[in-house]
Amino acid sequence: MADLSEALRTALRLIAALDPRLIEIVLLSLEVSLLAVAIASLIGFALGGALAVYRFPGRGAAAAIVNALMGLPPVVAGLVVYLLLSNAGPLGVLQLLYTPMAMVIAQTIIVIPIVGALTRQSCEDLHEEYNEQLRSLGASSGAIVATLLWDGRYRLVTAVLAGFGRAIAEVGAVMIVGGNIDHVTRTMTTAIALETSKGNISLALALGIVLLAISFGVSATLMGVRRFAQRLAYA
Amino acid sequence: MTLCRRRTLGIAIAAVLFATAFPCGVRAGERFIIVQSTTSTQNSGLFDHILPIFTKKTGIEVRVVAVGTGQALKNAENGDGDVVLVHSKPDEEKFVADGWGVKRYDVMYNDFVIVGPDSDPAGISGLKDAAEALKTIAEAKAPFASRADDSGTNKAELKLWQDAGIDAKASSGSWYLETGSGMGATLNTAVGKRAYTLTDRGTWLGFANKDDFKILVEGDSKLFNQYGVILVNPAKRPNVKAKEGQAFIDWLTGPDGQAAIASYKIGGQQLFFPNAGPPS
Amino acid sequence: MLDPAVPLDGLKSSRKWRGPLLPLEIQGLTYETRGKRVIRNLSLTVEEPGITVIMGPNGAGKSILLRLMHGLIAPTGGEITWAGRRMSSELARRQAMVFQRPILLRRSAAANIRYALDLRGIDRTGQSTRVVEALKLAGLEQQASTPARVLSGGEQQRLCLVRALSLEPDVLFLDEPTASLDPASTLLIERLLIETQHRGIKIIVVTHDVGQARRLAQDVVFLHHGRVVEHGKATSFFDHPQSEAARAFIAGGLVL
Repeated sequence: MADLSEALRTALRLIAALDPRLIEIVLLSLEVSLLAVAIASLIGFALGGALAVYRFPGRGAAAAIVNALMGLPPVVAGLVVYLLLSNAGPLGVLQLLYTPMAMVIAQTIIVIPIVGALTRQSCEDLHEEYNEQLRSLGASSGAIVATLLWDGRYRLVTAVLAGFGRAIAEVGAVMIVGGNIDHVTRTMTTAIALETSKGNISLALALGIVLLAISFGVSATLMGVRRFAQRLAYA
Repeated sequence: MTLCRRRTLGIAIAAVLFATAFPCGVRAGERFIIVQSTTSTQNSGLFDHILPIFTKKTGIEVRVVAVGTGQALKNAENGDGDVVLVHSKPDEEKFVADGWGVKRYDVMYNDFVIVGPDSDPAGISGLKDAAEALKTIAEAKAPFASRADDSGTNKAELKLWQDAGIDAKASSGSWYLETGSGMGATLNTAVGKRAYTLTDRGTWLGFANKDDFKILVEGDSKLFNQYGVILVNPAKRPNVKAKEGQAFIDWLTGPDGQAAIASYKIGGQQLFFPNAGPPS
Repeated sequence: MLDPAVPLDGLKSSRKWRGPLLPLEIQGLTYETRGKRVIRNLSLTVEEPGITVIMGPNGAGKSILLRLMHGLIAPTGGEITWAGRRMSSELARRQAMVFQRPILLRRSAAANIRYALDLRGIDRTGQSTRVVEALKLAGLEQQASTPARVLSGGEQQRLCLVRALSLEPDVLFLDEPTASLDPASTLLIERLLIETQHRGIKIIVVTHDVGQARRLAQDVVFLHHGRVVEHGKATSFFDHPQSEAARAFIAGGLVL
């Protein structure tokens, strides 16, 4: 418990002083996770919407697979990306290993099933309600997907938040593909892992508190945007 | 749909701008090498001390990926590093013999120590023979934490059990705790479980969670820990930056690097002892 | 108001031929779902303009028949033709439907109408007059920017109706449109329907409300067990029903 109060004090001290090393890893964490979530959301929305609307053989299996991949252990995703990007692997020429881009790729893979499955659920519920009317109005399947996505946009915000939560908090994948290199690929989570392994428990906890604060900040911002958009939506 | 299209276009533009401002990990005009090394070396703080000196002299940035010895060598085999710096001579020699490395150079040594709780239930404090100490721990069935992660430290530990004639793995789960983790994590576990463990002096000195643990056994020559550095073979992995990698090795084993290593101290204590000689 | 005889600007969809879609001719129609024959060998001809009411006890297949006529589902056998042309998606675009529960998107009332017009490819300038007129027709000019789902049940259904009308369909289907509405809203909707038929739009309504049928119908189609049991002018149907089932239904009894 002494650790915890010391951790709180350390956290506040680091934030108040705008410690440059702290800022560096916070910015990198945000850049990697936000970019990954943005890309994963675009793909996830399209995937979830298509699964909800289009009818094709194997549709049920595809949906089950996407659901199952929500439980993909991040470290496994990291290993797969490592094998692909390694100099011994097929995409070695891209020289992306141990760079932030590799971390973005790994996190994107982890987040796509989360956004995809939640999008599919949202679109399916709306699909049941809207399908006949939209078909009657002459909407094609593609138009219906776009309509369901936009109409369910608030539920999609939640899906994106879920994806972001997963991305910002994961450490396994970014550790393997990023290498936790100081000033290059060290994020909040890998820094926490490192300080823990050095026995700097208070510092690790302090970083954890900062990470939680950041996560809270992003969620609050997204919820705020949602409320702001709600007011504009009826223009 | 035009409003929707306008919105999507706006989001797409913002995304592209964001992505292009993104750090790709390679700043224009910067030279860097990747060194695969071990967590114990990283955690000791040695790299934070010596690498800036090298970079200032040569302008080459050194990026260290710190993993276990086994993983470092495997990564190097895959060509995911230009230089490998670990402390497990037999594995290093095999690495070169298999053609993955060009030449192995001695760099420095430090030593391992056996740490444990102040209460010392097995009564090993002050013993001069490390294998004897482990034998005593086994007979007392006192808890012992092992890294069990194929690292240099782990291999040294297993060799000591072998010398003591004890099959510790047979007791895995009872008094012999295999953490499968790095040195820091294993130390955390040891302290938490009041268990003995083998650690390199560097990590121990820098470790911040000691509680009431102390160094109980040290000085045995069997606890000698030799570090070696190898350039990954560009003939097998053409992406290796051979020139810069060799420059690093030359500096590390040359007078400047060796002096930098010797000057690294924690609490006034020197951690690593340079001993580069002709390539082995 | 909208006059079907006058060509509209900004209409991107090409109309290959003008004219009403009548007569509607259905021959030997069957529809099976989950092993049940819901529509059995149904034949029907509707030639006259105005409001046709489809009536019958629950489970007679009324809603299914409506959806078959609109092309939302495909029959398992038989044929549906409009003015000699087989039912197709092209023909479906010349029709519109209002459902029992109003289905509106999470946007303003005006935006819901614009959404439908967007689907028809009508550009923004062409849309604004239609939207304004549609809202006026529904008595919802003040609620143009109100979120559609916040409107009352009656207002929502009126909105659905004018949305359908803004597409200038040749045929308008309604499936129990006032089943869940209060009498005042019901009255408004019925008035709108009577007005609409005077513009030359063919209206086919499914209702189980005998009173409503009496108020609206030009002719009545009585369905029982997936077949047309009676079809005739409204006056003759209500005064002299031919079948036992129709008699019982009009009298308000349970028809098995």
